[in-house]
Amino acid sequence: MAGGASQSGMKAALTLIGKRFASSLLTLLLVSVTIFIIAQLLPGDAAQEALGQSATPQQVAALRHEMGLDRPAYVRYASWLTGMVSGDPGQSLVANMPVSDVISERLPNSLLLAALTALVAVPVALAIGIGSAMNRGGRLDRALNVATLSMVAVPEFLVATIAVLIFSVKLRWLPSIAMASQEMGWGDYLRGVAMPILTLSVIVIAQMARMTRAAVIDQMDRPYVEMAVLKGVAPVQVVLRHIMPNAIAPIVNAMALSLSYLLGGAVIVETIFNYPGLASLMVNAVTSRDMPLLQACAMIFCAAYLLLMLIADVTAILANPRLRAQ
Amino acid sequence: MIAHILSQAKALPLSGKLGLALVLFWLAVALFGPMLAPYPVGAFVAYDVFDGQSAAHWLGSDYLGRDVLSRLLSGARYTVGLAAAAAMLASATGTALALTAAVGGAKVDEPLSRFMDMLISIPSKIFSLVLVAAFGSSLPLLLLIAAITYVPGNYRIARALAVNLAQMDYVQVARARGEGRFHIAIAEVLPNMIHPLLADFGLRFVFIVLLLSGLSFLGLGVQPPDADLGSLVRENISGLGEGALAIIAPAVAIATLTVGVNLLIDGLPGRGKRA
Repeated sequence: MAGGASQSGMKAALTLIGKRFASSLLTLLLVSVTIFIIAQLLPGDAAQEALGQSATPQQVAALRHEMGLDRPAYVRYASWLTGMVSGDPGQSLVANMPVSDVISERLPNSLLLAALTALVAVPVALAIGIGSAMNRGGRLDRALNVATLSMVAVPEFLVATIAVLIFSVKLRWLPSIAMASQEMGWGDYLRGVAMPILTLSVIVIAQMARMTRAAVIDQMDRPYVEMAVLKGVAPVQVVLRHIMPNAIAPIVNAMALSLSYLLGGAVIVETIFNYPGLASLMVNAVTSRDMPLLQACAMIFCAAYLLLMLIADVTAILANPRLRAQ
Repeated sequence: MIAHILSQAKALPLSGKLGLALVLFWLAVALFGPMLAPYPVGAFVAYDVFDGQSAAHWLGSDYLGRDVLSRLLSGARYTVGLAAAAAMLASATGTALALTAAVGGAKVDEPLSRFMDMLISIPSKIFSLVLVAAFGSSLPLLLLIAAITYVPGNYRIARALAVNLAQMDYVQVARARGEGRFHIAIAEVLPNMIHPLLADFGLRFVFIVLLLSGLSFLGLGVQPPDADLGSLVRENISGLGEGALAIIAPAVAIATLTVGVNLLIDGLPGRGKRA
C-alpha cells in the first residue's frame, strides 16, 4: 500500500516537474519575443548604423536587403530564433565574426567564475545562515541581520573598489586586473580571479545567508523540533540530525534563487576587473550597439536565470509531499 | 499627524533610527546640497588631481582637479531625484495595473499576470541593458527604463495584496451596494494596502539607485556633463591605484543611501509579521 502510494506520488511529482519545465520553455520563448521586439525598436536600423550618416539611400537599401532587414518582422524573428536554437545566432556587427564564435570564447570564463564563486559562497553562507538561525533573536543574530541587510544594498563597485584598495594597493598581494587566458597555470589564474570571486561572493553570500536563515527558522518552528528539544536532545544535535535533513530542500531552493544574483553582479564585476567573460562582452555589445551579439547574450542570461528558477522550483516540489501529491 | 510620525520614529529599533537618519540626511542633501556647494560643479579649482582631504577641499579633488564635495552634492541630487521619480512611476504603474487586475476579473487578470511573470523572468540588469541599447540613455529615458524594469516586481506584490483584499466582506458589501469597479479599487482596496506598498516603494528605490548607479558606472547611464554618483565613481576610476578619495567618497555615498533605506524599512513595525 505504502509503496503504491509513494509510486503514484512520484509520478505526480514527475508530471508537475514536467509542467514546470514546459512552462519555463514557454516563458523563455516569450522572453525571446520581447527581447527581439525591443531590439527592433532601435531608432534607425543596423544598415544605417553600419554605413553612417553620409550613406546614400540606395546604399542603405542595398545593405538592408543584403542583411535581410527588408523582410517582415515575424520572418526575421523566425529566422533569428531557429538560428539561436541551432547554435548560429547571426553575425556580430562589430567583431565581424559569427556571434557563436565570440560567445564560445567568453562563456567558459564566465561559467568558471560562477562555479568558483558558488564554491566559496555556499559554505560561508550556510555557516552564517545556520549560525544566526540557531542564535535567533540573540546578539549575534541581530548583528548578522544588520550586516547582511546592509551588504545586500551595497553597490558591487564599492565592494570591488575596497577589495582593490586592500589587496592590491595596500597589501600588494593581488593584481588589480583579472587576467584569464588558456596559457596561464591554475595558480596564476586563481591569483588573477581572486578579487572578482571575492567581490561576487560578498554580494551573493549576504543574500544567500538571509534566505538560509529564513529556511532553517521555518523548520525550527515545527512541532517535531519542539519534541526533540523537549526530550532533551542537545541543540547542535537538533540542528544536525533533526532540522538539517528537512531543511536541505528549502536551502537548495534558497541557494538557486540567490545564485541568480550572480548574473547581475557579474555585469559590474567583470567590467571593473576587465575579466573576459560573457557579461563584459554584453556591456561592450550595448556600448557598440551590436544588436545580434546583445540579443544572444541576453538570451543566455535569461536562460540561465530560468534554469536556476526551475531548479529552485523542482527542489521545492520534491521536498514537499503535499505539493508532490497534488 | 506630526506627533504620530514622531512617536513612530521613537519606536524604531536602533538600526531603524540609523536608517531614518541616513535617509533624512540624503533627502536634505538632494534638496539643498547644490546650494551649499563650496565651488561650481564644473570648475577646475585645485592645482593637483586626486588631492587628498584638505581645508579648502573637504573631499579632495577629482581627476581633472575639480572639487569632489561640490560634485558629490550635485551628483546626489541626480541619484536621489532620478531614483525617487522612477520608483514612484514604477509603483504607481504597477499598483494601478494590479488594482485593474484585482477588480477586473480573470479576463483581465490572467493575461496581465502572465505578461508580468514573463517580464520578471528577465534579470533586471540584463533587461535594462537591452533597453539602454535600444533607446539610448538621456535622463528622461533612464527614468523610464528604470521604472519599466521594476514595474513587474511591484505589480506582483500589489496584485497579491489587492486580490486578497478584494475577497474581504466589506468589498463584497460595496459590490452589492452597486459601486463601480473604479470606486472599489480606489476607495475600498487601495487605502488598505498603503503600508506594505510604502515598504515596497522603499525597496524599489534601493533597487533603482543600485541599477542607475551601476549603469552610470558602466558609462551607459547618466551622460556628461550631467553626473550622478555612479558617474563620479566611473570618471575617477583611474585614481583607484592611489586610493583616491574622489572614487571612494561617491561609492560610500551610494552605499550609505541604500543601506539607510534598507535599515529603515527593516525597522518598520508590521514588517516582520508580514514576511
